This record gives sequence, C-alpha cells and structure tokens, in this order.
Amino acid sequence: MTLAAEASNVPFPHRHLLGIEGLSRAEITALLDLSEEAAKLSRQIAKKRDDLRGRTLINLFFEASTRTQSSFELAGKRLGADVMNMAVGTSSVQKGETLIDTAVTLNAMRPDILVVRHHAAGAVELLSQKVDCSVINAGDGSHEHPTQALLDALTIRRHKGRIEGLIVAICGDILHSRVARSNILLLNALGARVRVVAPSTLLAAGIERLGVEVYTSMWQGLEDADIVMMLRLQRERMTSSLIPSQREYFHFFGLDYDKLARAKPDALIMHPGPMNRGVEIDSNVADDPRSVIREQVEMGVAVRMAVLQALARHLPNQ
Amino acid sequence: MAFVNARLIDPASRLDRPSGLMIRDGLIADLGPHIMAGATGDAELVDCGGHVLAPGLIDMMVFTGEPGHEHRETLATASRAAAAGGVTTIVCMPNTDPVIDDVALVDFILRRARDTALVNVHPMAAMTKGLLGEEMTEIGLLRDAGAIAFANGKASLANAKVMRNVLAYAKDFGALIVHHLEDHALAKDGVMNEGEVATRLGLRGIPSAAETIILERDIRLVELAGGRYHAGQISCRASLDIIRTAKLMRLPVTCGVCINHLTLNENDIGPYRTFFKMRPPLRSEDDRRAMVEGVASGDIDVIVSAHDPRGAEGKRRPFAEAADGAVGLETLLGAALRLYHNGDVELAQLLQALTANPARLLGLGSGRLVKGAPADLVVIDLERPWVVEPEQLRSKSKNTPFDAARLQGRALLTVVAGRPVYNYADSPGP
Repeated sequence: MTLAAEASNVPFPHRHLLGIEGLSRAEITALLDLSEEAAKLSRQIAKKRDDLRGRTLINLFFEASTRTQSSFELAGKRLGADVMNMAVGTSSVQKGETLIDTAVTLNAMRPDILVVRHHAAGAVELLSQKVDCSVINAGDGSHEHPTQALLDALTIRRHKGRIEGLIVAICGDILHSRVARSNILLLNALGARVRVVAPSTLLAAGIERLGVEVYTSMWQGLEDADIVMMLRLQRERMTSSLIPSQREYFHFFGLDYDKLARAKPDALIMHPGPMNRGVEIDSNVADDPRSVIREQVEMGVAVRMAVLQALARHLPNQ
Repeated sequence: MAFVNARLIDPASRLDRPSGLMIRDGLIADLGPHIMAGATGDAELVDCGGHVLAPGLIDMMVFTGEPGHEHRETLATASRAAAAGGVTTIVCMPNTDPVIDDVALVDFILRRARDTALVNVHPMAAMTKGLLGEEMTEIGLLRDAGAIAFANGKASLANAKVMRNVLAYAKDFGALIVHHLEDHALAKDGVMNEGEVATRLGLRGIPSAAETIILERDIRLVELAGGRYHAGQISCRASLDIIRTAKLMRLPVTCGVCINHLTLNENDIGPYRTFFKMRPPLRSEDDRRAMVEGVASGDIDVIVSAHDPRGAEGKRRPFAEAADGAVGLETLLGAALRLYHNGDVELAQLLQALTANPARLLGLGSGRLVKGAPADLVVIDLERPWVVEPEQLRSKSKNTPFDAARLQGRALLTVVAGRPVYNYADSPGP
C-alpha cells in the first residue's frame, strides 16, 4: 500500500492541525499508524514520493527553530512539495507588519500548507482564520506543539508497544512548555498515567485539572516511571526569579543517575531538544542506551510527513 | 548528670510538678519523681533547690556582627550572653557583611559556632541574593547546608511576585520564610511610632499601616502560593487581628513578637533615649497590651529578643540619626517573667513561646522535656530580683533598654547538650 493510499484511510476530518486538543483517540492512533509507514519510507534509499507534487508548503517561523523547521522542510520535500522557508527575522514583520497583514500577504501567494511557529499563544489559530490554506501549528507560545507530542508518542509506542497504562513523568519547566501541554493532552487521550514534576514556581496554576499527578520532588515523581520526559529550562522566557540558580536546579531537578534509579530499569529517557546538558539533564544520562532522544528527531520527520499527508486530503481544488 | 529537687515544667505538655531529670550522652535519659537524691547511682547530682527546671530558651531572632561587624558582637560573645540568659539555642539573622546568601557562608557560621560558641547556633539564610529582593537564593542547597529558615534581614521584600515565588519555591522544601514587616515607602523617613508622642518630640512617625500592609499582602500570597510563613515580629493590635484571621483560615501562618514590644512602649523613649529606638518601633500602650494578650491566647507563637548589638558610634547620636536595635539575650527571660509576675500570662504559656513553639517552627528536637530530647536545659529562680547593669552584660554592645531596670527572676544554671555553660553561682554578675 502506498502512503497516499494509507492516508486516504485515515479518519482525519480537519483542515488544520492547531493542537492535540480536539483530536480523538482514533484520529491520533491513525496518525501514528501512518507515521510508522513514513518512518519505514524514510529509512529507504529512495525516500522521495510525489503525493504533494505541485503543492507549496511555507515554513513561517516567528521564533528561531532548528529541528522543527528542518524537519517540516524535509517532510515536505520527501512528499514532493515545493518548500519555502520564510526568514521572519529579515522580513516585513521586522518592519512592523501585523500578524494578520502578514497572513493576508502570504495567502495571496496561494500556498497550500502553512507551518507556523509564533511566540504568542493563540497566534497560529488567529492566522488560520485569515488564510485559505491548511495551517499546522509548529508551536504557539506556551500553548501547544502538536507534532512534538505525536512524535513523542510514536517513539514511546515503538519501544513499549503501547501507550495505555504507561507511567509518563514530564519533568522540568512545565510553566513555559507547550510540549508539556500537548503531551498531557495526547497521552491522556491514549490512556497513559501522566505525572508532571517541577518546582512549584515552574508549575502552571490549575495544572492538576488537566489530568496529571503533580510532584515537586524528582525522587518521588520518577518512582516506577516507564518514561522520563525532560523539558528544556526556558531561561529566555523567565521574567522573574523562578529558580535560584542552574546549579540548584540541576541538583534537585536535573536528571542524573541517582534520580533515574527511581524509575523502572527499562525506562525511556526523552527530551524534545535542544538540551541544556548539565542543567536539566546529566550529559551521561542524555547519552545512555535508554535515551531515545535521537530517535525522537527521526520520528519527527515521519510524523510531519504523516500530518502533511492527512491534511493534503482536505486541500481545496482536489 | 541528675537534676533533683526541681519543679519540672514542660510547657508543651503543660507538665508542672516536683520531679527529677537524668541526662546521659547529651540527651534527656529519664525524668520523673523517682529521680531523687540517693537514687541516681553515681551520676553527678544537681540540687535545683525547688527551682524551675525547663527546656532552655530558643531565641529565633538574634543579630550578631559576625561576619563583618565583629566589634559589635561575635558568635562567641553572643553565645555567652545567651548562656547567661538561659538561652540554649540562637538563630542568627542573615544580614551580616557579607550577607548569608551562599552555602559557603552557612558553612562558615556553623564552623565558627562549633569552634567558638557556648550554645547551639543555627543560621538563617537570606531569601534573596544580597538581600536585594530580586533573585531568590538557593533555598534547597542552603537548607541542606544547615540554614534553618530564610529571611530578608530588616527589609520587607517589596516585589510581590518575587515574594510569591519565594513562598512557592520554599514550600517544596518545607522551608520556613521569616519576614520583616515594613512598607519601605511608608516607613522610610520615620524613626518612631507615629502619633502624639512623636509629634510632641518633633520626630517623624512610622504608622502601623507600614506593618499591616505588608502582613496583609503576605497572607494573600500565602493563600496563593502556600509555604510556611512566619511574621518575624509584629508590634501592633491591627497585626494581631490579621494573624488571628489568617489562623482561622488555617493558613500556615505564625508570628513572633519582640520582648521589647511586650514590656515597653513609645513613652519609654522619654527624652530622646536612643536605646529605645528599634524597628518595628515601640508602639502605644494599647498595642503593647494587645501583644501581651496575643501571647496569653497563643495567637502569638514566639517571643524573641531581636538582640541587636549597636556600639556608641551608632547610638550616641541625635535620635533621628541613631541606629535601630537593642541587645536582649541576657534580659529576655527576666523581662518576660514580668508578664508572669503581673499575672498577664501563665508561666507555661510564656515558656512555650520561648521554647517549644520556636522549636516546632524550626524543626528542632529541643524545646521539650521528653526522653531522648537534647539536654538543653535551664534552671530558673522565678523570684530572684536583680538590677540590669549594662557594664556587666556579656554582650560586646551595651545598648539595653533595660538599663538599671529591676527584674525579677533569672537563670541559675544553663545546660547545653548536657554540658553546663553558665552557672550563676560562679559568676553572679547581672
């Protein structure tokens, strides 16, 4: 079965992918199944398909990104799309253009898919209302980062064979993390037991209402965990005294072998990257055989191919 | 060592009866009426002569000059003053020079205390770096190094967001936050309590609101962020009302009062006596009455000396320019007993605020007379009259507001970890 044929079976009746919120368990599972096929394809010598031939994909990143942007670029190219990266730093945005004017301008160029990252929560959804093409959220502020959650789930499923019933500890800067929010939604939808572990100053208010168990001690929060998912300490978003120092943060919340020993012996170590070695994760732990951090990057391309495939079915003029 | 013929008072359990007490290896080994002369084996015998035997006092607010101002007071001299006052544990405040805001400085205090002090010394660490009120300190690492609580010196943390973060972060470590209550802008130019007395003296006043505004705000933040919060010193009736409300709300809020605010008022300043200048300032007689009522009812948890040694260079100045603060370690017990002799506060209640309550807040095993507790003890003659003579005080600085005061009751023998550190019979002095 070709990727396109697979895609036509995916129950994914959405024009945009703005978040995990609103996706059903069946839709998520179907995307993961499709991603498996894309992962196989990406390991072949001949990776190129023409499912998106003639289509234009624009990467519109208002925030710097290395892996997400290149991952979308590669995914688009493997499916045959023309991919353009908008360098926002040197564009009209720098000259004061509003987000909506930028959207209208881009829309006039008739792209098929816009991949957008923005520093403000809700900005991607706002933009999606002003354009005719499909929009993929590649991260909006501290809100959502749906393809990251999908690639994390795919990586977990490939190693554990399931998501349901696993204990997943998401650790670190929960307050600023869109990765945490998307993962909480997705993992809960698939029946995992989700924990968040952070100092109180890095926990978001009311987080417990999102269906997670809250811990402020790593040693307790990692007890019997199947998955240890570390988050990057987002120092650039910290506007006030939230933690005293990096050395104290590493001592109490950095993942080292002492804390990792509380988790299950075969626990997976994950990190969405980029890592601050020695801040949230010990360098040796990051390179441990149980670490699947590099595989997360590989699955990132596969998941984004699957998402592009699923959305392509609903593009206009088809 | 065996104490016999004592009136044993354990404030926390309200035990008060003739009894004896045996100590071994620095701990309380046994207690009860069966411990009496002739029934203690070969233990060294201490006949208490019917006097009170109680847990040693725990003073959770002591300013020393070490490091940085050793001419005012060192840990060694402060500990000698403490021992003579029946105080077996002191908590020293972080606003030294340099500020105690780093693990190495906590370690320094603990090592200096081990080598030079007669009584137990626990450092309180700064809750913000340099006491600047901007960045929180390494509360976790400092606690692990031995910081017993966290304070911001003699300034309130003005930034509510930083205060919220400190409370939230400290909560994760079970750390106690001890706050000084003084709105900087309201109190800035003031030198004594605002009111008629200040007006007559022509001195700028500090309104009670400077204290209550910060206290109210802090309690809202505790409600929001959690965290164990202790108002280091309250001084006015309105603050007591706020504390009572917070306790009714079951918030983790406690408070202390300085012995000076229990026994003195703004009128004592008289002709510009700078030894009565302190922060918070001595308030009205009604406020003092409220503080006494608060101790009697238990709404005020802790009595502190707020011992703050100041030399002549700070005190021999016009009132408005003089340094704040008063020494108090040696007079704490005698001054507190005024409340007992006046019939204002029951003895056990009074001692509880000086022993078991601070021990509970600080997580210390002392402050109780129970088997296995540290043998930190004081023998108190409740009745003995004495006159405070500043030159006889052991503190390096002599700035006592009880200059020539007549006090009734004093420590006869002070024992720290089973070792006598002060014996009135050897060095009567004041």
